[in-house]
Amino acid sequence: MRKLGAETKTARYAMLIDLDRCNGCGACMVACAVENNVPPPQASATPRTGLNWLRVFRLKTGGRDAFIPVMCMQCEDETPCQSVCPQKAVEFDPVTGIVGQIPERCLGCRYCMAACPYQARVFNWRDPQWPAGMEKALNPRVSVRQRGTVEKCNFCHGRWQAALEKAAHDGEEGPVHYTPACAEACPAQAIRFGDLNDEEFAAACHEQGVFRLLDTLGTGPKVFYRTSRAEVREATRGFGEVRRG
Amino acid sequence: MVERLDEAWIARGVRRAPFGRFLLWAAPWAALLALGAYAIFLCLRGGLFHTNMDNRYVFGLWIFLDLAVIALGAGAFFTGFLLYVLKKTELKAVINSAVVIGLVCYSGAVLILAVDVGQPLRAWFTFYHPNVHSMLTEVTFCITCYLTVLLIEYVPIFLKNRRLKWKPSMLVFEYNLHKVMVVFALIGTLLSFFHQGSLGGLFGVLRGRPFAFREGFLIWPSTFFLFVLSAMAVGPSFVALTTWLAEKATRRRLVKDEVYQTLGRISGKLLLAYVFFKCLDTMLWINQTAPERGFPAHRFYEYGGAFGTWILFTEIALLGLIPALLLLKPEWRARRGLLITGAAMACLGVTLNRFVFTIQTLALPTMPFDRLLLYWPSWQEFAAFGFVVAYGMLVYSFSYRYLTLFPQERELAMTEARR
Ligand code: SF4
Ligand code: SF4
Repeated sequence: MRKLGAETKTARYAMLIDLDRCNGCGACMVACAVENNVPPPQASATPRTGLNWLRVFRLKTGGRDAFIPVMCMQCEDETPCQSVCPQKAVEFDPVTGIVGQIPERCLGCRYCMAACPYQARVFNWRDPQWPAGMEKALNPRVSVRQRGTVEKCNFCHGRWQAALEKAAHDGEEGPVHYTPACAEACPAQAIRFGDLNDEEFAAACHEQGVFRLLDTLGTGPKVFYRTSRAEVREATRGFGEVRRG
Repeated sequence: MVERLDEAWIARGVRRAPFGRFLLWAAPWAALLALGAYAIFLCLRGGLFHTNMDNRYVFGLWIFLDLAVIALGAGAFFTGFLLYVLKKTELKAVINSAVVIGLVCYSGAVLILAVDVGQPLRAWFTFYHPNVHSMLTEVTFCITCYLTVLLIEYVPIFLKNRRLKWKPSMLVFEYNLHKVMVVFALIGTLLSFFHQGSLGGLFGVLRGRPFAFREGFLIWPSTFFLFVLSAMAVGPSFVALTTWLAEKATRRRLVKDEVYQTLGRISGKLLLAYVFFKCLDTMLWINQTAPERGFPAHRFYEYGGAFGTWILFTEIALLGLIPALLLLKPEWRARRGLLITGAAMACLGVTLNRFVFTIQTLALPTMPFDRLLLYWPSWQEFAAFGFVVAYGMLVYSFSYRYLTLFPQERELAMTEARR
């Protein structure tokens, strides 16, 4: 398979999530938290103040309920969160197409959270805490965040970094291949991770039944969803016409 | 003895309440200040979980009231502009009061912002590596500069104090500062213009929030201009309202009637213009901007209750058009009760507008399978805001007592005494 981005060594990482396969087990959420050192909720945290990079919503469809995992869509077109951050704590990486968050630079103004239509960003309302002993199991590739800063999914940046180092070591060229924790953990194999510069993957993202969330807003999300059930599609539809991704 | 303790500091020819009574007035505000300080301490030490904000309501009571207070505080820049640039000399009677109110509003807002952000010590990052595309960067720069200008404008008022005036060097400094005040009024106007606009732009640029998003002119969404115009419209109303409240609280006449008339007239005209453009903007948003982004506008109001269409009607007609007419028609404006009612309604209308852009924008879900969420501030949020109110009241009360906020007061007192 020819890699379109190979000559420029850039990638446009994306996800294709099969809603017909997802059964709402939440393994992706757990894997995400473990991989990215997301602290467990403290006693007084609520679903509205807890930290989740990935949330699985239940869709009421009229028929059998469906589930939809929602994380940062790595918006590509005038990335809403990136353009509003006053101190460049959000960066769009042209090499990977991933929207990165720099917690060390974040002021905690939460303007980016207001800007994100997918509510993919969460705020550290309190100091992060791990049950005694659990901090020994933290992922050394991912820095823990401080209270008062915003965080979000970055398609497992630590794994990308590791893959990059390995590729450099092996003398490989072009975009690196890796798999984020959620895609790896999903027992139903509902999450497929790939590079939109890869023709086969890009074609899969444009098949019949594939759509993107809130496509009409023009944010250029790079998380694609697929379903063969019309009622599921209906339940995920924005209020207006949804263009094909 | 206590009664006359501070007499040497009070300007000649004006009467002030005995010192003991003044302390009695200040005491409850000081208590509120202390409670607010405790709440602020809790938030700064423990984190923002002391508030009821959450991952949806990322802005709450504080940002909403900040925006409202800054709009109302626009009276300072706009009165300065009217006086020094457009030469509306009668406004000399309220300019000092307007400057103090502006100073209080802006410094209070900045203070609360410092509590509201998660990492206040990193605020300087915005100056060090600013994102020039962000409206918040513009707001931060302009508000910081404008607060400095307000402080500079406060200095001559302060130096006019009877005791300080004895020092010749102070007098010379004050005189020289006064000469360049027109420059500061101009800089203040420019800065204020920009950050009032950027505050509107903050929400207008949110492409992911079709409820707030607006098309505009070049990089500025229409809310940029609407926020400027609405702030200019209510600024004079707020100056009239606070002057009237000061008259009621002190039971003295502080300015001549013509001052109220000028403020009311200017406010009325601008408010009418604002209502006109706001209607245009709303029509454009309903018929074009929102549907083009996949959100027919009626969907925003489907939740009814707190966020029904009544809000739109109240904001534009009830608290926009009606006060504009009350302030515009000379016969109505001539009656103090109606003028003050109009001014108060105008201030409420703009406050409601800021509420809509902050709170309603966040309450509405964007994803079709998400739902409307409500929020009620925690006591710490109310108390911290109480801190700003108490701080404002104390600064204003002290300024009124020891400085000359209303230069016409002495003349009016003498006329009354002669009668
Ligand atoms: S989904 Fe939200 S957080 Fe992610 S890139 Fe888009 S706007 Fe930013
Ligand atoms: S919360 Fe942090 S990342 Fe978000 S806009 Fe503010 S400074 Fe930027």
